Amino acid sequence: MTTTAPSPLPSAAQDGAASTSGRRARDRPQLSHVLFALPALVMFGVFALLPLIGVIALSFTTWNGIGPIEFTGLTSWKEVLTRSSTWNGLVLVLLMVVATWLTQTPLSILLGAFLAGPQRYRNLLAVLYFLPLLLSSAAIAITYKSLLDPNFGLASGLNLDVFALNWLGDTTLVWYVVLFVIAWQFIPFHTLIYQGAVRQIPQSMYEAAQIDGAGRVRQFLSITLPQLKYTMITSSTLMVVGALTYFDLIFVLTQGGPGVATRILPLDMYLTGFRGNEMGVASGLAVLLVVIGLGLALGVQRLGGKDANASQMEGA
Amino acid sequence: MKRNWLGGTLGWLWLVVVLLPIYFVLITSFKSMATYFGSNPVVPAIPPVIENFIAVLEADFGMYLVNSVIVAVGTVVPMVIMSFMASYSIVRGHRRLFSPVRNLFLLGLAIPVQATIVPIYLIIIRLHMYDSLVALMLPGIAFGLPLSILIIANSMRDVPKELFEAMDIDGCTEWQKMWRLALPMTSPALVTVAVYQALLSWNGFLFPLILTQSPDKRTLPLALWSFQGEYATNIPVVMAAVTLSSIPIVILYAVGRRYLVSGMTAGAGK
Repeated sequence: MTTTAPSPLPSAAQDGAASTSGRRARDRPQLSHVLFALPALVMFGVFALLPLIGVIALSFTTWNGIGPIEFTGLTSWKEVLTRSSTWNGLVLVLLMVVATWLTQTPLSILLGAFLAGPQRYRNLLAVLYFLPLLLSSAAIAITYKSLLDPNFGLASGLNLDVFALNWLGDTTLVWYVVLFVIAWQFIPFHTLIYQGAVRQIPQSMYEAAQIDGAGRVRQFLSITLPQLKYTMITSSTLMVVGALTYFDLIFVLTQGGPGVATRILPLDMYLTGFRGNEMGVASGLAVLLVVIGLGLALGVQRLGGKDANASQMEGA
Repeated sequence: MKRNWLGGTLGWLWLVVVLLPIYFVLITSFKSMATYFGSNPVVPAIPPVIENFIAVLEADFGMYLVNSVIVAVGTVVPMVIMSFMASYSIVRGHRRLFSPVRNLFLLGLAIPVQATIVPIYLIIIRLHMYDSLVALMLPGIAFGLPLSILIIANSMRDVPKELFEAMDIDGCTEWQKMWRLALPMTSPALVTVAVYQALLSWNGFLFPLILTQSPDKRTLPLALWSFQGEYATNIPVVMAAVTLSSIPIVILYAVGRRYLVSGMTAGAGK
């Protein structure tokens, strides 16, 4: 392709001539494009892809984090699969995924549908709802620790016995706290996604339903929910994959305790590697985490039955 | 239209749930230790005291704030530039050459960051960057790229082809087309990505925890954590630290809210 195309005259900038030249420009691989993409590719390759491959490689080694890295075959994997804390972390992280979804999805949909209403004040509510998303997990965890202090927190302020329970010291109660705090932090985000989706539903559908005499609840069940299907897939994917990453919050709030009650897999991985100096075992746990993450993401998409990329959320 | 009592009740109830902890943090920040232990926690102190904020600022808080700003800027600026250039290639480049590139970055969306911390720690040590602020920027940039490229490329696809063709006719190079046409046309998406990444970087806890060690390299979330370890019983001071650390990001939100919300929800729906 060395023949230079006759440059089309400006007057020919109509469909025919212009689009062929446009196509032609796209048909030639250009060095400049490769160079433009190179910085991002290098960064991504070294600090995201390489670690992903590296974590698989490291799971076949023994390394204390400081000394030499020794290839030891399946030794670390044996350790990973025989420790009780691996299974504890695995069960807890899956419990976290399910419980998170069950608490956040219904509330987010209801709140989102409410916020999608026409009144001005609902926009103000949306602004205020967003505040928890701005705070760091560390700040949120510290705040809740103080709030739940049996002597000086809400217990003494609101004089409600329910706040005076040993919320962070009881292996069952601590789960309610963790789920509540995560809901507090992330429901606003999913609410916003649903709000945008509900606003996209054509008003004419509701009008037709009203003529047919369908009440508000019936409209919600027969129109709103089915229309939110793709949004639910998107939101759920983010939610379940996100549930694998609630490291910071739990690390600061409970340190995995009391005992091992909240020692979910990512936390177990951190403590094993960076406190217990067993980096090989920690890498094995990380591989499990990646597999679970991919499995969950694919599972949600599969349940949705269709490619979630077809989501109707564009530019909401 | 009948009023939606259920939705309304739920909506306002959730507002109370959202605001109560924030209210608690704010009023507690302005209480002395004595007031805090001797008064009702949900009643503000009259008069409010600012001694906690002074104590927080004296505890090197300014340094942590500067560290957080350095890391956020050092992460966001290169990341936005790299994402923008890569998006240009993906949208305007040779299809067969760049669709694998696009898919590669899409794959990146599915990598849980937590799972890569051991190799990242190893790489940072080998690069002799352990315990430096740059160590926090590099993985931050890498993991910010996938979503940023997705959002920017989607916005660049909406630029009419005729505009690029008109610049071809004027004999512009790809470089010029990128900076003179694509950049202004995608600037809202760039702002969205920048604000969102700044938020992530500002609140990041894991990388600082693993990749730094000296107190003078701490960013705010990590400083907060060690702070509450030291001042466990002095809750008003800890709450003042929480308040101060959140102010910059709330300001950023006030400025960039429109971009942040639309961008986050649009990016999430793709």
